[in-house]
Amino acid sequence: MTNSWTDIRNTDLVVIMGGNAAEAHPCGFKWVTEAKANRGAKLIVIDPRFTRSASVSDLYAPIRQGTDIAFLLGLINHCIQNNKVQWDYVKAFTNATYVVKDGFTYKDGLFSGYDEAKRDYDKSTWDYDIGPDGFAVVDATMANPRCVWNLLKNHVAVYTPEMVERICGTPKERFLKVAEMVAETSSPDKAMTSMYALGWTQHSKGSQNIRAMAMLQLVLGNIGIRGGGMNALRGHSNIQGLTDLGLMSNLLPGYLTVPTQKEPDLAAYMSTRGFKPLRPNQMSYWQNYKKFFVSFQKSMWGDAATPENDFAYEYLPKLDVPGYDLLRTFELMHQGKMNGYFCQGFNPLQAAPNKKKVIESLSKLKFLVIMDPLDTETGRFWENHGPYNDVDPTKIQTEVYQLPSTCFAEDDGSLVNSGRWLQWHWAGGTPPGEAKRDTWIMAQLYLRLKDLCTKEGGAFPDPIVKLNWPYADPGDPKAEELAQEINGRALARVTDTADPTKVLAEAGKLLPSFAALRDDGSTACGCWIYSGCFNENGNNMARRDTSDPDDAGFYSKWAFSWPANRRILYNRASADLTGKPWDPSRKVVEWDGQKWSGYDVPDITPTAKPDQVGPFIMNPEGVSRLFTRGMMRDGPFPAHYEPFESPIVNPVAPKVRGNPAARVFEGDMAQFAEAGSKEFPYAATSYRLTEHFHFWTKHVIVNAVIQPEFFVEISEQLAAEKGITKGGWVRVWSKRGSVVAKAMVTKRIRPLTCDGKTIHIVGIPLHWGFTGAAKKGFGPNMLTPFVGDANIETPEYKAFLVNIEPAPGPVA
Amino acid sequence: MNVELSRRAFLLTAGAGVAGTALGAFGFADIEAAHAAAIRPFKLVNTAETRNTCPYCSVACGVIMYSKGNLRKGEQAEITHIEGDTDHPTNRGTLCPKGSALLGFVKSPTRLQHPMVRKPGSDKFEPIAWKDALDRIARLMKDDRDKNFVAKNNDGVTVNRWLTTGFLAASASTNETAFATYKVVRSTGILAFDNQARV
Amino acid sequence: MFPPLPNPSTTGTATRLSEKDLVRRSASTVPAPEQKLTEVAKLIDVSKCIGCKACQTACIEWNDTHPEVGVFAGAFENPPDLTPDMFTLMRYSEWDNPETNELEWLIRKDGCMHCADPGCLKACPAPGAIVQYSNGIVDFVHENCIGCGYCIKGCPFNIPRISKVDHTAYKCTLCSDRVAVGQGPACAKACPTQAIVFGTKDEMKGWAAKRVEDLKSRGFVNAGLYDPPGVGGTHVMYVLHHADQPEIYSGLPKDPRISPLVEAWKGVTKYAGLTIMGVAAGVGLLHHLIMGPNRVTAADEEHAEELTEGDSHGRR
Repeated sequence: MTNSWTDIRNTDLVVIMGGNAAEAHPCGFKWVTEAKANRGAKLIVIDPRFTRSASVSDLYAPIRQGTDIAFLLGLINHCIQNNKVQWDYVKAFTNATYVVKDGFTYKDGLFSGYDEAKRDYDKSTWDYDIGPDGFAVVDATMANPRCVWNLLKNHVAVYTPEMVERICGTPKERFLKVAEMVAETSSPDKAMTSMYALGWTQHSKGSQNIRAMAMLQLVLGNIGIRGGGMNALRGHSNIQGLTDLGLMSNLLPGYLTVPTQKEPDLAAYMSTRGFKPLRPNQMSYWQNYKKFFVSFQKSMWGDAATPENDFAYEYLPKLDVPGYDLLRTFELMHQGKMNGYFCQGFNPLQAAPNKKKVIESLSKLKFLVIMDPLDTETGRFWENHGPYNDVDPTKIQTEVYQLPSTCFAEDDGSLVNSGRWLQWHWAGGTPPGEAKRDTWIMAQLYLRLKDLCTKEGGAFPDPIVKLNWPYADPGDPKAEELAQEINGRALARVTDTADPTKVLAEAGKLLPSFAALRDDGSTACGCWIYSGCFNENGNNMARRDTSDPDDAGFYSKWAFSWPANRRILYNRASADLTGKPWDPSRKVVEWDGQKWSGYDVPDITPTAKPDQVGPFIMNPEGVSRLFTRGMMRDGPFPAHYEPFESPIVNPVAPKVRGNPAARVFEGDMAQFAEAGSKEFPYAATSYRLTEHFHFWTKHVIVNAVIQPEFFVEISEQLAAEKGITKGGWVRVWSKRGSVVAKAMVTKRIRPLTCDGKTIHIVGIPLHWGFTGAAKKGFGPNMLTPFVGDANIETPEYKAFLVNIEPAPGPVA
Repeated sequence: MNVELSRRAFLLTAGAGVAGTALGAFGFADIEAAHAAAIRPFKLVNTAETRNTCPYCSVACGVIMYSKGNLRKGEQAEITHIEGDTDHPTNRGTLCPKGSALLGFVKSPTRLQHPMVRKPGSDKFEPIAWKDALDRIARLMKDDRDKNFVAKNNDGVTVNRWLTTGFLAASASTNETAFATYKVVRSTGILAFDNQARV
Repeated sequence: MFPPLPNPSTTGTATRLSEKDLVRRSASTVPAPEQKLTEVAKLIDVSKCIGCKACQTACIEWNDTHPEVGVFAGAFENPPDLTPDMFTLMRYSEWDNPETNELEWLIRKDGCMHCADPGCLKACPAPGAIVQYSNGIVDFVHENCIGCGYCIKGCPFNIPRISKVDHTAYKCTLCSDRVAVGQGPACAKACPTQAIVFGTKDEMKGWAAKRVEDLKSRGFVNAGLYDPPGVGGTHVMYVLHHADQPEIYSGLPKDPRISPLVEAWKGVTKYAGLTIMGVAAGVGLLHHLIMGPNRVTAADEEHAEELTEGDSHGRR
């Protein structure tokens, strides 16, 4: 989230699209109901299903899953055509005026530079015209046809209300009602907030779904302000934290990246990272990259990371592919190229697409280690559970360890919520049986591995043997010790660069914030964006002061928000070019002639002049991007692509199947049903229900009581067509698998008309499996295709094709 | 918070009405005990309170855990009730259907309690001591790493990666667990490292 | 935001709700209380309800009930009906509004209404099995209950359920144990969107008026408060977007009333006074000792039928 849960109270219009906040985040949704009750705010829900969010909305618009970009670009088109643009914001704070290089084109669904064989682009034309001064060329008049605004205007022109109806199935009148309400927030005194979740990410063009809305929000001037923003509602309690801390194939903590094999040394690594400003006077905060990186290396390898050895640069593994994400890992496992696998609180047998492939993959491992508080399906993938897990244990040679770990109630530490608040919690219960904290388990494994490396040597033992492990009890690090390590410490005295007499931190002391980080090895910091969370003032994540001046919704003394305790990202954009708030009733920070101050920590230097330094300090432009240059694999603008399995051919680009830049493994393409398939005629989608959390709460008897059994949702029309009865059994199958479920026949799902064709939707909730207290059931991953988003490989769980028929119940 | 303080005061008197202070003092005489049984004794009396956050979604609602026994005093503590923390700015004491049933997660009959091993080809889990399990896993890791570690790629560039073992990290573990995990996994050269952000 | 319910205290607070606060006691009399408590109420704003069932799980957890894991029967109601272990239930109704042609998903939390004029209490033949406090809470006293089921027949909302385990009647207590120590009901504390709020009855009426105003501004011209006069008003009230048609909310009765037969029965017990009370209690005990817990006889059943009101709104 750019903003926070409590800030939603400040909005005038909530758009829930690509998510279902009332069901998946009920207590956060409270702030929607508050905005409605206190400010007269309106709620629009755009979803294939009339959800529980829709049940309390002011306007519901149906949409076919996988067509969000067409809808959103249709909204941008509407705003441009009707002059509903916050012009001062767009001109000052976006790259609308930047001139794009000659050679950049978009035609028939493809941008310039496409290589069909590689399913990838040569992105060299996707960039600005760079002037002789080394800066990007801008045209403040926007007369140049090559400036971003004019390219955008042309790009979205095809998405007329009629085209939106044709692609999305949203009736034109309904779309226009949405468009009018959204467009009203282009006024500087109106704010719209976007609340989205995996309904946008779990597509082969998930990243572009989100970009499309972010672009709309920029056109409307809704980023950086109270009650505005792009608010990703993260699915799990600390998936924000796990991502911030870089627990991904290609990440280091704080969104630094793992080196590739094209970067043999630190100089080569740094050459593509410390972005220089693209416009005069801009901050381009990534210029500090090396400070963050070196401090991270010092926290990893301590004294073994020296200037002489590039701060142990060679201890880091180097990537040969963009990343070994979940899908690639299972592909490699399936090819028999992997031997060992660890699942720490993660249940991929239920969570990864194409369950059959997952079972085959796990069966090829030599060993599998599960660390979990609960008895997961993955831990028992080798066990026969009739139709729910039809395997022969005697044929599976994988050695499986199931290690009991503690749960939240038995562990101290911090979690990061969607609003980037790091909140500390305390253990209150004794762990059951022999359950152990994950920190203990990891430490015990590490010490054994280190011992073996020390005794036996073996393959490059140095990074293991020399890992910095400074805990009082090396076999059981404490949460506070780790939190301090994440915050960072001065290894030598750190002084202010502008005033060397001013000491920021004495050697051995905790660092006040990331502003004190250095690239000479004098500071260590596990995750730069968290720095300040546990400094010499104490554990700021444990702060519990509920004061909130003027009821503005910031709660700046509650817990700690990254970065630098900032509650609204890009908050400088809440004020105009003179530093005055666009809307005085919505002040976040303002310029008093000398400095910035207000409710929040400003994202630019407090003394940076408002007409010089742009609000988007992480971008070398200093402004936000309507056109993203070469940052995205599948295009600098979003474009409508059908899902890989689609009931119709792409109306705007009939020759393009799916997202042309999405990675598809050999063999998986053959497992996709063709567009408009007669064999698989129905558009399926998967989702959560409010009664359950993922695959966990089926282990909770009370939650099993309130939603006991797997079912699928279909319209009354489809039920009548197929002879399916309410509560009766059905079989649902895709090109990859088959499930048996009970049927929910509902008015809340209605057939849509897309490109002249009636499209029936089949809704498949995801909460059931073969362990726990609820009835045994199937997961949607029996059916889903093995393909992910072009940029981040999130599987396409939200749009695929199935067939359905009445059936006898499962034979257990 | 002033509004809420007065609200607390109100609720205390609402139970007792205008005669709240007088009634509040007297408790129950023996003769009335049978009738008083109509109302359950308040079950949180003399429990220990601990602040935590809900482990499910990313709203991260504040919760209070009530236990018999106090962990901070070094006692065994059994959690007996969990409800929303009204002081928390986001949830203001509320909890969703999952959060309201958190006690059932802590005490789920299918929580794991002991380390287990399933041997190749077997159709069952068997108990194993922590020490034996950890020794064996470390051995398996070391052997696989020694055998398959890639120090240099075909072009002779040092790459120091280990691709034959992978690690999927959690979605609800603490930052501190995540960092300890990060250090260990990254130090081995594992690249097949992912979390639940995608699913 | 309505001021949230405070966190419970863990120090021993003497209960502030006692025998002295009773205004009614089934099949028996109580002296008029010296001081009347402020009337409390739970307000359920259907227009803010997201049907999440937090009220159900909070209720199960607080009251330590143990409903069984059932099956999916084609609808979101789970369990499919109120049970002795499920005191409150979300009911879902998909309604095509004929005036707007819009689908509305009407979701209502069902449960005891804590009537000012409680049909259950009036129908109850067991002395002291059902009591009403001056703050409006109607509570069941299980050791006095004979499991005859008259309370179900007497209830215009069809709420109480008889346990197959201890053969006594169960329903929502309005968390009398929490209210007694200055708390609000567990469901109201949990409710994510404050669709359930709790306070004095007057306060709730005032809050409801604001909500009705907001709903009218959004085009719900018939929005209103449900506080049915036929039962003397209730201590659980609803804000409805279509207050003119309560029955579209899964059969909420339009004009609930206690059957005249129940009123007559109540007259008899009053007249018979303590003697009958003693006999009834004695018979109940004997019955229990000989027959095991509370098997309802055919005669009881027949009598109960007579008490049933003809109007079947609210019965499913």
